[in-house]
Amino acid sequence: MAERRPPKVIVTKIGFDGHDRGSRVVAAYLRDAGMEVVYTPPWQEIGAVVKLATEEDADVIGVSSLATDHLLVPKLMDALRAAGLEDVQVIVGGIVPPKDERLLLEAGVARVFHPGVALGEIAEAVRMLTRDRRSLLEGTL
Amino acid sequence: MNKPVHKPVVASALEQAERRWQEAFDASPGAARRAANRSGIELKPLYTPRDWSGAHYLETLGYPGEYPNTRGIYPSMHRGRSWSQRQLIGLGVPEDYNARLRELLAHGASAISLIPCNSVFRGYDADEVPPELLGTCGTVVNTVDDMMRALADVPIDRVSCALNDPSPFTLLALLLVVAKRRGVAWTKITGTSNQSDCISHFVANHMFFRLALQGARRVLVDHIAFCNARVPGWNPLSVVGQHMQQAGATPAEAMAFTLASAIQYAEDCQARGMAPDSFLPRFTFFFDISVSFFEEIAKFRAGRRIWAKLARERFGAKDPKAWRFKFHGQTSGVDLTRQQPLNNIARVAVQAMAGIFGGLQSLHTDSYDEVLSVPTAEAARIAVATQNVLREEAQLTDVIDPLGGSYYLETLTDQMEEKIESIIARIDAAGGMYRAVEQGLVQRMIGDSALAFQKRVESGEQTVVGVNAYQVEEDAGAYPVLEYPARERIDAQLARLADYKAQRANAPAQKALDGLARAAQGSDNIMAQVVAAAEAGATHGEICAVLRRELGFGQPLAIV
Repeated sequence: MAERRPPKVIVTKIGFDGHDRGSRVVAAYLRDAGMEVVYTPPWQEIGAVVKLATEEDADVIGVSSLATDHLLVPKLMDALRAAGLEDVQVIVGGIVPPKDERLLLEAGVARVFHPGVALGEIAEAVRMLTRDRRSLLEGTL
Repeated sequence: MNKPVHKPVVASALEQAERRWQEAFDASPGAARRAANRSGIELKPLYTPRDWSGAHYLETLGYPGEYPNTRGIYPSMHRGRSWSQRQLIGLGVPEDYNARLRELLAHGASAISLIPCNSVFRGYDADEVPPELLGTCGTVVNTVDDMMRALADVPIDRVSCALNDPSPFTLLALLLVVAKRRGVAWTKITGTSNQSDCISHFVANHMFFRLALQGARRVLVDHIAFCNARVPGWNPLSVVGQHMQQAGATPAEAMAFTLASAIQYAEDCQARGMAPDSFLPRFTFFFDISVSFFEEIAKFRAGRRIWAKLARERFGAKDPKAWRFKFHGQTSGVDLTRQQPLNNIARVAVQAMAGIFGGLQSLHTDSYDEVLSVPTAEAARIAVATQNVLREEAQLTDVIDPLGGSYYLETLTDQMEEKIESIIARIDAAGGMYRAVEQGLVQRMIGDSALAFQKRVESGEQTVVGVNAYQVEEDAGAYPVLEYPARERIDAQLARLADYKAQRANAPAQKALDGLARAAQGSDNIMAQVVAAAEAGATHGEICAVLRRELGFGQPLAIV
């Protein structure tokens, strides 16, 4: 049952940076791979992303960060928890120094992807995280 | 363009020789391999006088500094005067920036740049944003006080300053106030408003989009008029292909979109009653330089020729200065890899060489660690050293346009020109760049090219060393990563901003901001009022807030 609907993934950027080649390419690839993609332009506020995740019943939120915006992701994790969306899986892609990666993983981010990663690897992770989330939800419901 | 050589007897000898070679080639290993460049131009294995003969030399190439400037915009090019070494820097608080700036100047940088914090880019003061991000990517500069500290002991009357300063150009306003306080005449201030090209921001969503497109459009024309009249050594416009190529446009697309934008800006200035000979000499360009070596050189040579034709024929400019395609190049960050990052030093050297052979006027070489973090000091030094090696050890500057006359490069220059002109024609047919980007046409072309390139990398058709070939086991944690500014320094910066706002005379600042709002509602020159507001003590964020309210906030199209 969890497998029947394609994964629903939000691809977004929070903070102040607009470099969006990565988020656009990933969004287009996931869409072509048969997923339901909700793409937002850059500069989203955390509250807006949480609202979108609620409205869309997103399985995964992908945050692209090229210029330190990932430092806001722990705040996004807090906001998701506060909204009761701890099941939504968050992945981050872009330029994330190793020290920051640890910070993000500790904050509950599921995966961090670095430049040079194959798009297929991201897609596979999204599928897996979607399965995890849905079985978790079915188990707890 | 590919004219056969004149004498039939030579032609037939050539033909025979070529047939002989072709047969031998076809029998050789690897002969079946096809090659194309990033712009989609198919590459032959060999170019000869049958492809490019040198006929029409004067019309298509000419001499450096002469129409159509294909071989360079100045008679002596790099033989006479080196390009400016202009490294992008910006980090932390103004004192951090100032220290890095002085170090770079001591190591041979001859021009400076200022990259403000992303919060500044988006149009806010430090006290309006999440403090986690402050100074992590660019310098926090909000007030005249900040700019004074950022430029302490920097001879602003002698070094040219490139400010990454989108509409409404608050950093230039702050610089002009600093000049006034130091007694430096505005006529002595030289440099460029980088990131003044609002179309490129709207298209490529680089970090600089503050005002709604049509609002930014008006402010830009006011800015050009203001600078032409009051700061004549300043280049108010830098038309940016770099954003679009970084976002995924092919080199030909990036050049075409840039020229199409320049056409729109020139038309807007003309509509305002300015004469092309007055504003075109101050138009400048800014491009990405990818590692696709010959393609980039051809891109720049073709762009230079097309611009000369546009300026002279389409806009009727008579002053040869107006035909000059002055450009800054930045080595492409997208080509750099996180895998084996020291390899990036080699990539940057190749990119820089392409820019130099392409005839650039100013060059930023990326630091090898830009894919790991904001550049560290050592990596930034290596980037400057790379330029020094190319210029002073490798003797790249002894001969002007040294690859000119290459059968391959000249053929490729012609083919790139044709490709670029056909894309410009497509934009013209869509009603110009503003229309084309409002319809999302350009964004879709860029998105398609970005995805197509990524797919070529993933299929292995495009080798990326260390990523899809020649991988090694490595530990990315082993490389240096820039530390973010200590929280205390950011807190101190925030306290300074609070003090600044508390201690300044509020009435004149408010009065100037009201004047700015009135200018935006009416038809007075907005840039003059931005400068007046900065002089009266208004902050960057306050100025942006007024114009956001009056002209609309910048929102991109959500196109994938």
